[in-house]
Amino acid sequence: MKLTERLERIDRRVIFLIIFLAVAGPLIMPIGLKIEVSEPVQIFYDAVNDLLPGSRVLVSADYDPASMPEVYPMNEALVHHLFSKDIQIIGLGLWPQGIPLNQAAMERAAQVHGKEYGKDFVNLGYKAGGIVVISALAENILQTFPADYAGRPIAELEIMKGVRNLDNIDLIVSLSAGDPGVREWIMIAQGRYRKRVSGGVTAVSAPAFYPYLNAGQLKGLIGGMKGAAEYEKLVERSGTASRGMDAQSIAHGVIIFFIVIANVFYLIGRRSRK
Amino acid sequence: MKNQVPLLITFIAGFVMVLQYFIPHWPFSDLQGLFNNWFLIIMVFAMILGIGNLLKLHLGKLQKKASGWWYSIVLITGFAIVFGAGMIWGVESGSPFDWFYFNVNLPMSSTMFALLAFFVASASYRAFRARTPEATLLLISAIIVMLSRVPLGNYVWDKLPLVGDWIMGSPNMAGQRAIMIGIALGVVSTSLRILLGIERTYLSGK
Amino acid sequence: MLLLFLSFVQQYPADSAEPPAPPVNVVARDKANDAGGNIVLNWQLSGDDGAGTRSVTEYRIERSVPDSDSFVVVGTANKGVSQFVDAGAANGVEYVYRIFACALDKRSAPAISNAAAARAQWFHTGRVSMLIAVIIFSSLVMWFISQAKKGRALYIRPIAGLEAVDDAVGRATEMGKSIMYIPGILDMDDIQTIASVIILGKVARKAAQYETPILVPCTRSLVMSAAQETVKEACVDAGRPDIYDPARVSYLTDDQFGYAAGVDGMMLREKPGAIFYMGAFYAESLILAETGHSTGAIQIAGTAMPSQLPFFVTACDYTLIGEELFAASAYLSREPLLLGSLKGQDWGKALILLILAAGVLMASLGFNRLAEWLAVG
Repeated sequence: MKLTERLERIDRRVIFLIIFLAVAGPLIMPIGLKIEVSEPVQIFYDAVNDLLPGSRVLVSADYDPASMPEVYPMNEALVHHLFSKDIQIIGLGLWPQGIPLNQAAMERAAQVHGKEYGKDFVNLGYKAGGIVVISALAENILQTFPADYAGRPIAELEIMKGVRNLDNIDLIVSLSAGDPGVREWIMIAQGRYRKRVSGGVTAVSAPAFYPYLNAGQLKGLIGGMKGAAEYEKLVERSGTASRGMDAQSIAHGVIIFFIVIANVFYLIGRRSRK
Repeated sequence: MKNQVPLLITFIAGFVMVLQYFIPHWPFSDLQGLFNNWFLIIMVFAMILGIGNLLKLHLGKLQKKASGWWYSIVLITGFAIVFGAGMIWGVESGSPFDWFYFNVNLPMSSTMFALLAFFVASASYRAFRARTPEATLLLISAIIVMLSRVPLGNYVWDKLPLVGDWIMGSPNMAGQRAIMIGIALGVVSTSLRILLGIERTYLSGK
Repeated sequence: MLLLFLSFVQQYPADSAEPPAPPVNVVARDKANDAGGNIVLNWQLSGDDGAGTRSVTEYRIERSVPDSDSFVVVGTANKGVSQFVDAGAANGVEYVYRIFACALDKRSAPAISNAAAARAQWFHTGRVSMLIAVIIFSSLVMWFISQAKKGRALYIRPIAGLEAVDDAVGRATEMGKSIMYIPGILDMDDIQTIASVIILGKVARKAAQYETPILVPCTRSLVMSAAQETVKEACVDAGRPDIYDPARVSYLTDDQFGYAAGVDGMMLREKPGAIFYMGAFYAESLILAETGHSTGAIQIAGTAMPSQLPFFVTACDYTLIGEELFAASAYLSREPLLLGSLKGQDWGKALILLILAAGVLMASLGFNRLAEWLAVG
C-alpha cells in the first residue's frame, strides 16, 4: 500500500489522540480569543432585556447532563440576566434530567441576587408527554403541575398568584438538546397560542431553527457553546462557555486540518491511480 | 377483531383531534385536555412496562448464567440503590438521589456526549472527500461555517462570520425548508394512512 | 420663616399626593375563536405611565357583579401594559369593567368599559386556510388511493437505500451474522417511530425467511411492545414462528446516551452483518453510526431529522432522506393502496410549490394578501 493510501486510512485512534490534545491544551492554558456577538444571540438578549421588572418568564429545561457543556452555560447566564432585572422565573422541564440542572442554576443565581424560592422563582418539575404538556399548560398551569419538583403544592406560592395559563407568561425560553424542546414550544405555544418563544439549543441542531428565527416565530436563538459564550459576553459574565471557546476554536481548526489533509492525500492518490 | 378494535380507536381519536382543532366550542374544547390526561397516565404505565421488561431480562440472564451475567448484577443493584434512594429520601437538592445524579449520571452522560468530538473528527477525515463538484462545494461551505462558528474565524478574516451567517441564513435555510416541507407532507400522508386504517403494520406486522 | 414654609406646602402639595391620571378608552370584547370564558380588555395608558412623581406602578382591573352595583378585582396588569384577559368570565353574562391606574398609595379615578359578554365559537375563523389545505390534500390522497384500487399502475422512482434492504439482509445471512435494527430514540407518538416500526415489519419478515436473527434494542417501552409484536407477526408470516425470541427485542433505557452506550456495546459484542437506523435520532446518531462502521457492518439509515442527516450520510452506506423514510413502507410492500397515498402526497407537494411561487411573486410585488390569508391563527 502506498504512503498516501496508508495515510488516507490512518488508525482512528491517532486522530482521537490529536483531538484530545487540541481540546485539553487550551483548557489548561487559555489563549483568550475575542468573542463577537452574532445577530440571533443579540435578538435573544434583546427579547429578555426588554422585559419589564416584575414580568414572568417560563424557563423550560429540555436538556440533560450529556448536553450540559453546551446548554448549562446558557441556563446560568439566562437566570442571572433575569434575576438582575427583577424578573420572576417559572422553571419546568420536558426532559426529566433537566430539572435538577435548572434548579441548581436558579439556586446559585438566587444567592447572588438575593432571590427567594416561591416568591421570585419556582421549579414546577418534569411531566412526561412533550407537546401534550405544553397544550395543557396553555389551558391551565395549576392543573398540569399541581405541585413543584419536590411535591410542594404550588397554588399557595406567591409567584403563582394571578398565573392561570400561558397567557400570564411574558416570555417562554426553552433550553433544549432535542425533542421535546424548542421545536415543540414553537409548534404549540407560539404556533397555536401566539406566545413569545426564545430558544437555546445545541450547536448541531441550531441550523434547523433558522427558518423559525427568520419567520419571527422564534425570538432569538443561542446555538451551542459559541452562542452561550456570546450571551455571557452580553450579560457581562465570564462563564464556562467563554472559557471553552478557545478549546472549541482549536478543535475546529484541527478538524478542518484533517479534512484538508485527507483531501490532499485523496487527490494525490486519485491522480496516481489514474 | 384483534385488529379492528385498535383501528377503530385510532380512527375515532384521530378524527376527534382533527375536529377539535377547528371547533373551539365545548365539548371539543375539553377533549384535547381529556386526551392529554389519558396519554400522560398511559405514559406512566409505559415506564413500568419498560422497567419490568428490563428486570425480567436481566434476572433471566442471571438465572441462566448467560454470558456477561455479572453486568446484570451491576444493573439490578444500581437500579435498586437509585430507586430506593429516591423513594426513601425524595429527589430534592441535597438528597442522596441528587448526589447520584450529579456524581454518577452526569459525568457518565457527558462522557458519552464527548465521544462525539472524536467521532466527528474521524468521520470527517474518512468520508469528507471532494469526489464530485457538489461534494467540493459542500466541503468548502462546511469549512467556512466551522471556522465562522468559533472566535478563530475572526482572526482568519473578520468578514468570515458574516459569510458563515449568510450560508446558515440563506442556502442552509432554503434547504432546511425544502426538507421540512417534504417531511411535513410525508407526515400528513402517513398520518392519513394510519387514520384510515390503510397502514396497519405498526399494530401487528401485517 | 417656618410658618411661611408650612403655609407654602399646604398651598402647593407635592405631586406625589395627587392620584395619577386614569387610563382612557377602555374597550371590552369577547375573545375570538375560543371556548368562551374570556373577555379581552384594551385601554390607552394613563398619562402618568412611565414618568413623573405620580408614575403608575400597575393597573387594577375590576369586574361588575351581575345584578348588583358592586365590583370585584379580577387582576392586575404591569405598568406599560395595555391589555388584560379576564379568563374567569361566565359565558353569556354581560360584564362591565373598571380600571384604576395605581401609584404608590394612590389610585386614579376609575375608567369604565362598555358591557361585554364571553361566548364560545363553533368555528375557528383563523384556521380557514388550514381547513381548505386539509380538504384538498386529503382529497388528493383519497383519489389516488381509489385509482390504485381500480388497478391503475403507479410509477415510483427507485430509492437506492430501500433497494439495498434485501442485499443487506442477504449479506448478513451469507456471513452468518445477525441484523441489528434501531428504531430511533423517540416514542410511539412520533410519526417517525411509527414509520420505523412499519419498516421493521418488512425487514423482520425478510430476516425470518433467511432465518437470520434480528436484534432490536429500544429506548422506549411502548416502542419495545410494538416492535415485539411486529417481529413476532413477521416470523409467523414467514412460517417460522419458532425463531422469534422476545429477549432480542428489548428495552434498554430512556436515557439518550445511556442507550447509545448500550447499543454500542451490543454492536461490538454481537458484530452484526447489517445495521438499520430508522426513525428519529439526535446527537447519538454519529456515536452509533461510527461504532457500527468500525464493526464492518453494512449500514442503512433513514431519518426525518435534518440535523442528523449529514452524520448518517457520512457514516452509512445508504441514507433515506426525510420523506423517503415515510415512503419506505409503500415502496417495500408495493401495496397499491399505500402507493396511491404516495402519489397523492407528490401532487400535494406540486400544489405547495405552485402556491410558494405565487406567494413569492406577490410578496415581491408588494401584495401580502395571500401570505396573510395563509397564516394560521
